[in-house]
Amino acid sequence: MAVKPLVETDFYRMQTRLALRNCGVIDPESIDEYIARDGYQALARALLDLQPADVIQIMKDSGLRGRGGGGFPAGLKWSFTAANAADQKYVVCNADEGDPGAFMDRSVLEGDPHAIVEAMAICGYATGATEGYVYVRAEYPIAVKRLEIAIAAAKELGLLGKNILGSGFDFELFIRLGAGAFVCGEETALMTSIEGNRGEPRPRPPYPAVKGLFAKPTTENNVETFANVPQIILHGAEPFAAMGTEKSKGSKVFALGGNITNTGLVEIPMGTTLREVIEVIGGGIPGGHKFKAVQTGGPSGGCIPAEHLDIAIDYDNLSAIGCMIGSGGMIVMDDSKCMVDIARFFLDFTVDESCGKCSPCRIGTKRMLEILDKIIAGEGTLADVDKLEELAYHIKENSLCGLGQTAPNPVLATLRFFRDEYIAHVTEHRCPAGVCKSMLTYKIDPDKCIGCTLCARACPVNAISGKVKEVHVIDPLKCIKCGACETACKKVHAVYKG
Amino acid sequence: MLKKISKLPFTGTPEQEAQLQAIIASVDGDKSLLMHVMQKAQGIYGYLPFEVQAIIAEGMNIPLEHIYGVSTFYAQFALAPKGKYNISVCLGTACYVKGAQDILDKVTEELGIISGECTADGQFSIEACRCIGACGLAPVMMINDDVYGTLTPAQIPAILEKYRNA
Repeated sequence: MAVKPLVETDFYRMQTRLALRNCGVIDPESIDEYIARDGYQALARALLDLQPADVIQIMKDSGLRGRGGGGFPAGLKWSFTAANAADQKYVVCNADEGDPGAFMDRSVLEGDPHAIVEAMAICGYATGATEGYVYVRAEYPIAVKRLEIAIAAAKELGLLGKNILGSGFDFELFIRLGAGAFVCGEETALMTSIEGNRGEPRPRPPYPAVKGLFAKPTTENNVETFANVPQIILHGAEPFAAMGTEKSKGSKVFALGGNITNTGLVEIPMGTTLREVIEVIGGGIPGGHKFKAVQTGGPSGGCIPAEHLDIAIDYDNLSAIGCMIGSGGMIVMDDSKCMVDIARFFLDFTVDESCGKCSPCRIGTKRMLEILDKIIAGEGTLADVDKLEELAYHIKENSLCGLGQTAPNPVLATLRFFRDEYIAHVTEHRCPAGVCKSMLTYKIDPDKCIGCTLCARACPVNAISGKVKEVHVIDPLKCIKCGACETACKKVHAVYKG
Repeated sequence: MLKKISKLPFTGTPEQEAQLQAIIASVDGDKSLLMHVMQKAQGIYGYLPFEVQAIIAEGMNIPLEHIYGVSTFYAQFALAPKGKYNISVCLGTACYVKGAQDILDKVTEELGIISGECTADGQFSIEACRCIGACGLAPVMMINDDVYGTLTPAQIPAILEKYRNA
């Protein structure tokens, strides 16, 4: 049987690799290999042929929007910093990839670190900054190492440092390590952290373009945003702007994971439908299960149900249904997942990661978590569901930064699309997916049980009684719902959750 | 984030302090490098007891309360020592959806300690960690620098046994 070329397989066929163009192709520790793939040509073009204003115009025309989650037009952001005169300006690269389930920034830093170095230097030239900081999370040691190698190699060739390529432009790059705080992915919190403080966000205005890092005008972009910059500057805005939808240009990397056959990073043109990503690229749901929801945007996003699978992926279409692209996590869930439990999972995350500076986020999310715990314990009421929703809107409106403003999204999105599951939890004390333990009872089907005693022997609390070759019974008062009996009864499947 | 603070007596050596002092000297009074110094200090001592924070406070001329604030803010800074083998079970979304909670429960059951604790013999500690970016291998756990992917609870006892006998 002939083997298909990689690019013809379903996984790669629909992808367009722009931000990931060098990942897995070049040796990330070799500056020569990067240069052989047109590396630093964009920087040379910017420094030698273009004025800073031209660079910004190309960025604006390309329509590139922030890939970290906000979706703010990058060219516009650069122009704000360029417009502010100051003795010192900074470029900051946000590599504090905190969204659990997203790893495209890690992949770019590990696979193509020079693209970030080059892009930040271009940004520095365009905005008038001479120093840049890359803030990398400490969980990514390989990314840090490769970035260090890349910076040293670029310095040696005079592509960083004083008088780059004889243009008179100076640019230095520094690395700072995070220490495990999700809120530091928020741009003002990240700057506070670089300054050596608790990473708490700052109120805006003043915006970072006016008063950012060390109180100087600062441009901050995410790794994936920067990864697109060299190609845009080198080839002009048109090829990039020709891809995608009306308001979301280019391609976006998604980290496909969860209950899906093919997992990994996929880079698709904006406007591809969720169905194409999940069914063609992802290869569908394994194990005979049915699709239930796809979670995008991490703890700030929401769960999208089957009826919306045909929407074209772009910033505005996902916002319209109360979800978001976010940094690009895309976790597929099958019918064995409980949406109330998933909402609780994300809220537990935000409660833990709330920095504590503003009370709507610090106290509000905690109260929401308590209500969800009550519902999951089978003690919730319909009034609790209403309270949960009301609280969610208050937190969204009154929190200081993006973390709090989006923290209720997982709850709101599941309430919107899977309200019946919440209702089943509070009115029937039933978890339709069979996840919430308090509402489970394990039973033995007397017609299937062959009296093999395996379940009784597996039970850690001796809750199962019955003689050999006779039907066994579970005592619900003793049962701790550990599920050991169900696992033990794998031959005849007599034990079931009811 | 709630932090477990160690009540064990501080056992730092003069050699460790000399290493730390060299790092403090190397940043040349740049207070924005506080986290860098704390990360290095944790590398030397394994955790950041108050005694170490006090050395940094003195050396960098930063109030101890500020350092304490920073050390309790970030998940990476430990105020209690970790085991010889630190087990991090990833509870990121992709891992959670693939059953990471069952993995954590099994590790907890096997070792008889909960997340954030260390076994009495100082061999193992457990922590539930954030996404480590290996979502394609979910569910994932790390023991020191070794990564274990596509785990099932049934594999856990054998994996732990390897380290017990090491």
